[in-house]
Amino acid sequence: MDMEIPYTVEPRPDTGLTNPKLGIWLFLASEVMLFGGLFSSYVLLRSGADYWPNQADIVNIPLATLNTAVLISSSVTMVMAWASLKMNDFAKYKLYMGLTFLAGVGFLVIKTIEYNEKFSHDFYPSTNNFIGIYFLLTGLHAIHVIGGMVVNGFLWGPGAKMWKTAPEQFVNRVEVAGLYWHFVDLVWIFLFPVLYLL
Amino acid sequence: MDHVSTAEHPAVHDGSHEHAHHEQSFLRKWVFSVDHKIIGIQYTVTSLLFLLLGFTLMMIMRWQLAHPGVPVPLIGGLMGIANAPGGIILPEFYNQLGAMHGTIMVFLGVVPLAVGGFGNYVTPLMIGAPDMAFPRLNMASYWSYFIGGVIMLASFLVPGGAANSGWTSYVPLANIATMGQTVWLCGMLFLIFSSLFGAVNFIVTIVQLRAPGLTWSRLPFFVWTQLVTSFLLLLAFPPLQAAAMLQFMDRVFGTNFFMPSGLVVSGQIVEGAGGGNPLLWQHLFWFLAHPEVYVLILPALGIVAEILANNTRKPLWGYRLMVGSLIFLGFMSFVVWAHHMFMTGMGTSISAFFQTTTMIISVPSVVILSALFLSLHGGSIRFNTPMLFALAFLPMFGIGGLTGLPLGLSAADIPLHDTYYVIGHFHYVVAPGTIFALFAGIYYWYPKATGRMMNEVLGKIHFVGSFIAINVVFMPMFIQGLAGVNRRLWDGGAEYAHAQDVLHWNLTMSQGAWALGFFQIFFIINFFLSMKTGKKVDSNPWQATTIDWTDTTSPPLAHGNFTKVPVVYRDAYQYSVPGAKADFIPQTAEEE
Repeated sequence: MDMEIPYTVEPRPDTGLTNPKLGIWLFLASEVMLFGGLFSSYVLLRSGADYWPNQADIVNIPLATLNTAVLISSSVTMVMAWASLKMNDFAKYKLYMGLTFLAGVGFLVIKTIEYNEKFSHDFYPSTNNFIGIYFLLTGLHAIHVIGGMVVNGFLWGPGAKMWKTAPEQFVNRVEVAGLYWHFVDLVWIFLFPVLYLL
Repeated sequence: MDHVSTAEHPAVHDGSHEHAHHEQSFLRKWVFSVDHKIIGIQYTVTSLLFLLLGFTLMMIMRWQLAHPGVPVPLIGGLMGIANAPGGIILPEFYNQLGAMHGTIMVFLGVVPLAVGGFGNYVTPLMIGAPDMAFPRLNMASYWSYFIGGVIMLASFLVPGGAANSGWTSYVPLANIATMGQTVWLCGMLFLIFSSLFGAVNFIVTIVQLRAPGLTWSRLPFFVWTQLVTSFLLLLAFPPLQAAAMLQFMDRVFGTNFFMPSGLVVSGQIVEGAGGGNPLLWQHLFWFLAHPEVYVLILPALGIVAEILANNTRKPLWGYRLMVGSLIFLGFMSFVVWAHHMFMTGMGTSISAFFQTTTMIISVPSVVILSALFLSLHGGSIRFNTPMLFALAFLPMFGIGGLTGLPLGLSAADIPLHDTYYVIGHFHYVVAPGTIFALFAGIYYWYPKATGRMMNEVLGKIHFVGSFIAINVVFMPMFIQGLAGVNRRLWDGGAEYAHAQDVLHWNLTMSQGAWALGFFQIFFIINFFLSMKTGKKVDSNPWQATTIDWTDTTSPPLAHGNFTKVPVVYRDAYQYSVPGAKADFIPQTAEEE
């Protein structure tokens, strides 16, 4: 008899966790260190620079505010998607997960408009260190958004078949994807004031 | 394959035959395997090859140091006209060898062997788990490591050769280096992914998949070291990833994160450079690389602890103290990084902080080492090959650690830091320290993985030869370093007046290195020969107490390791318990 790996669906009694949930929290801890390293770099670069541009002259605050709203809404729909599954309403789940995915698309479209605006003003990473780290931080964040959309798109489309075969595991997957998505949102909540408002 | 020889667990056969005899294709079984044992072996073999390669680079460097400007014999013609015209190593090529020796040994050799190899193979067996928590992630971890390794090797072929700014890739030197540096950064990206996948997997496995009854205080010390190591990998590597991204931006997109204003290269002011901070790289790099030192040493301590307890036939002295020290060590390793940077002029108050934390972190290291020494006291020691390597580890790591103390004090560090003293110090920690422990581990767990013992005679020749040779290589480095001979010199210091009195050691050290290489041949022969001719063993040839030996076959079952879930009733090291029938009691033996 093959031994199954335990606690993939049911939580382990003494830790109260499933394997994927502990895994995603650890992964997010690692992500905190990654973005933490970059935010620290931003602080050190800015505080040590003999010239730092006025950030507000370069960035587009209205567009970024709109993007903040889009991303926060998508976190709300993500929770709704998970809650719908918990309440056994698969159709609602499809709706909210679809909306979450579309919000991701919207975020990237707005980001592209923002980037194009930078290029049209001849703002490139090499222009100065603020624009360099602006592109690095927002670009890395956008890659994280794309990663989350791939997962969300899978759970909305082909991955949703699992609802029929292993509903409990499917709810866990949506929850884990949600934790990641909220983290991506949270990173933006830090990025927005640091790059756009300060 | 089908029977488990321990008395407590009569084999359970319900339906196992269909699966056990289910033929897997070669690709699925050996290449894209999701079985932790196969992945462990993949890691072990790959990392041993990288260790051999990194060692070969070093032997080429040692020729240049012993005979500066003399053509390299035998392989001189193979290194390429751009690197070694007429077999004579150019300084630029020497720098490539140096940078890649360090990179390969640390990131592609020792860590993958200690964590990817031993961690993967042994940890699930030791905690009674059927596999790692995320088997496919485990496979992704190995292949990410493999791709990273291939990229690193390929960097020798790009114009200008491999990375040549040292394994630390200090900026701004690395920013203006040849293309190999960009390739190095790409390779590091894959290695960082690999270690992230591995770290998450190990922590979840150890926290979630411990067998019933295997409480934290019953956990073998080896598993504790893997757990703490994984936390270090998880949290320390991302800042290096951040640093690598910043350097990548500098090199490819022309940003100036690490380029200071007024940078002069070869007498020319660099156009467009300015506003950046070279020290930032060092902070981010050492924020990884200091915990990385503990990533190198902790699994070694775990291996040595298992082998010492087994071969002294005694419980470890101060198990709880050791675990406490280990956890404290893990925490402290995040706040000592800038002791690598005393020479940068970052300021005396920062130096004072970091030398204080450095002195503090030496305490738990000494506690663990002392506990291991005390564990020997009163034991009836079996001097087999794994035990010899484990015993040699103790004083060697001791020398490495104690010579580090002067480097932790900023005043003493300044004259010593850029000399061979530092090279001697950390090689004592990593080479006769960690690598000896890894050899001990290979000799110890080889029978578990293959079902056969390694040859003891060849093993002892390997041990005695390596032990003498490796000290001949590294001990004179302290002499040269105290005399002020700088490290990373292409000619080994030949053009410096103050180095003349100690220059003759270069030849001695090089001969030691070649002798060390010679004695590894005994290991390589033993490793392959014993697979066919080694003495066959039952499940527990060392009469050990931990689950990896007591409840599995040798080699363990391909699907899920165990026929039924082991249940743990005891501490990890119940050796020589008064009144017991045998001199060891398995962790899974029920209380009477």
